[in-house]
Amino acid sequence: MGTCLCDAFYDDVARATVEVLEHLGVSVEFPDNQTCCGQPAFNSGDWVASRKVARHCASVFSGDLPVIVPSGSCAAMNFHGNPLQFEEQSDSEIDSLARRTWEVMDFIFNGLGIKKWPGKFEESTRIVFHRSCHSRGTGSGEATLELLRSIENAVIVPFGQDEQCCGFGGTFSVTFPHISGRMGSLKLDHLLEAEPDILVSGDMSCLMHLTGLARTQGRPIEHLHAIQVLRNSLL
Amino acid sequence: MIGIQPIDQYARDISDEKQASVIDGSSKGTEKRYHSLHQDYPDPDAIRKLAASIKDHTLHHLGEYLAKADESLTARGVNVHYASTDEDARQAILGILRQHGVTQLTKSKSMAAEEIHLNPFLIENGVECLESDLGEFIIQLDGDEPSHIVKPIIHKNRRDIAKTFVREGVAADYNDDPETITRRARVFLREKYMQAQAGITGANFVCADTGRLALITNEGNSRFGMAPVQVHIALVGIEKVIPQEKDLAVFLNLLGRSATGQQLTVYTEFINGPRSANQPDGPEHMHVVFMDNGRTDVLASNCREILRCIRCGACQNVCPVYRQASGHAYRSTYGGPVGAVLSPILFGIRFPELADLPKASSLCGACNEVCPVDIPIPDLLLRLRDKAKKESVPSAGAIPMSPFATLATSPSLWRTAMTMSKAMNHLPIQVAPIKPLQDWLGQRTLPDSKGGDFRKWMKTHQANATRAGTTP
Repeated sequence: MGTCLCDAFYDDVARATVEVLEHLGVSVEFPDNQTCCGQPAFNSGDWVASRKVARHCASVFSGDLPVIVPSGSCAAMNFHGNPLQFEEQSDSEIDSLARRTWEVMDFIFNGLGIKKWPGKFEESTRIVFHRSCHSRGTGSGEATLELLRSIENAVIVPFGQDEQCCGFGGTFSVTFPHISGRMGSLKLDHLLEAEPDILVSGDMSCLMHLTGLARTQGRPIEHLHAIQVLRNSLL
Repeated sequence: MIGIQPIDQYARDISDEKQASVIDGSSKGTEKRYHSLHQDYPDPDAIRKLAASIKDHTLHHLGEYLAKADESLTARGVNVHYASTDEDARQAILGILRQHGVTQLTKSKSMAAEEIHLNPFLIENGVECLESDLGEFIIQLDGDEPSHIVKPIIHKNRRDIAKTFVREGVAADYNDDPETITRRARVFLREKYMQAQAGITGANFVCADTGRLALITNEGNSRFGMAPVQVHIALVGIEKVIPQEKDLAVFLNLLGRSATGQQLTVYTEFINGPRSANQPDGPEHMHVVFMDNGRTDVLASNCREILRCIRCGACQNVCPVYRQASGHAYRSTYGGPVGAVLSPILFGIRFPELADLPKASSLCGACNEVCPVDIPIPDLLLRLRDKAKKESVPSAGAIPMSPFATLATSPSLWRTAMTMSKAMNHLPIQVAPIKPLQDWLGQRTLPDSKGGDFRKWMKTHQANATRAGTTP
């Protein structure tokens, strides 16, 4: 599942996902009729609209293959949000999608059991890892940290208040522009204080918001999706 | 509908000083909680889950446990009262005070009492009612509202308080040293304690099996307030009942740590009923007022998990929106994540007015992560957003979602839109006459559109693989 942000802006993240999975011997299919998981409408409270989109998504991904997503947020929509919005009208395709969906780092670490990543940076590289909020309570955060940490020359740098949200929250950033901006700036303060070479996350939505703020504020920061780090470190 | 969400507006308007106090107090709370739980428990999640299951079990059998608590309390010589509404609770308490001829009392901190605005009501009815918790005392002097469940004056700093003390005659001169402030309040309050005829408290827990009340404070004020008086009244929400005394081992260990990062608060009182024959002092009369005030409606709703709440304030401390906007932005007794769920439904009649509260969240889930009773707050916020939409409550700044749904269920339209989105790279979209878009782009630089590029790459990649006879 490519996610709409990769579809629109971050083609290389989707590409890295395919390349890493193929490197691990997984054959990847990309159903061409996929669109979005439906989260914008779901979070806005328009569940009539979001159920329509979710049903479309579930039917595009019907079958029994695992569904791998390079986003903790879209993955959580499939396995957490959907069961919530369908709790009063159970739907077998929705349930099946929920059972088969994996965030990609979780899939590699816990699904495929790859506990060490055989990658390497040319020189010592300081990484700040922003654990996206939608991976709370899932295996993704720990999986990503462990895999990144196992890369030669990668240094995971701690930073202050790492439990705090970046302030994106999808439509939240539009309806609460002031708070969202303040949250993002605070997060950037903490991240930059750690003097990183790269900011890494498992969600391009957090990164789009944070780096978008950073560029406007004149303090740009190198950033990559964790799956790009895995791929790049192999080259 | 274009407009500004009330909580976003609060965050814009809040003074830098007030916001700094809130951010400082709440971030420290979050840190202390984390350390005290993790230093003592290898797996703090396990105890949170256990506490959640005890609360859930109790809520499923609330009628039974209330009846049991009633029986145990009565056997200990406590008078038990029931109040369906806030007005019932106020009248019940006033009735008890009149029955005992009370004209002056002290009151320790109680969210239930805040909920029904007990203080102003009693004062209007001629009862002198003094808050004995230091924070609440300052709130009372200022005619302010508490902005945090555990730290009611988190929004104030010591300079504010020193000024208040001079203005209200608690102190003769300005001194903002915290110890001096506390000492001065102590001198002032001590005299009032001795004059009081009754003490009002809340209760953190009521054990159904024995009728024992557990009450925690850091100042010992509720204990002190009860020592010289003849009448003790405890105002208790019906969800405060727990099945057995031994459950306190779970809850007390969680409550202090979650609230203030203390293993236990300085005072933990167990109240067994009115003074018994062999006790030298303490109130001769004890009354417990069980208050519903909307709780059974919440229990019947799809947000019933919020009734597990033990009022620790950990969700407020950790919430980034609360930190920016302060508790007052929530315009009700309960602010922050717990308030965003509880206030709109507990005060059911206020739902349309408070329906914006559940929207003031990026759904980051930090509240659920720190909750000692594992309340799935983000899920409840989402259910309330769905409720607001179903009940057609207007929402400021809401983006209409049906065009999105149409696009996202029409794959070919979607693919075309993605490819077309590249045009954005060449258009000055930041000047498009769409206010929210302008605001968004005013703060952020959007990356270049790569609409459709991945799909194109994937097609070629798969074609190459097929040609090469390899499975990609």
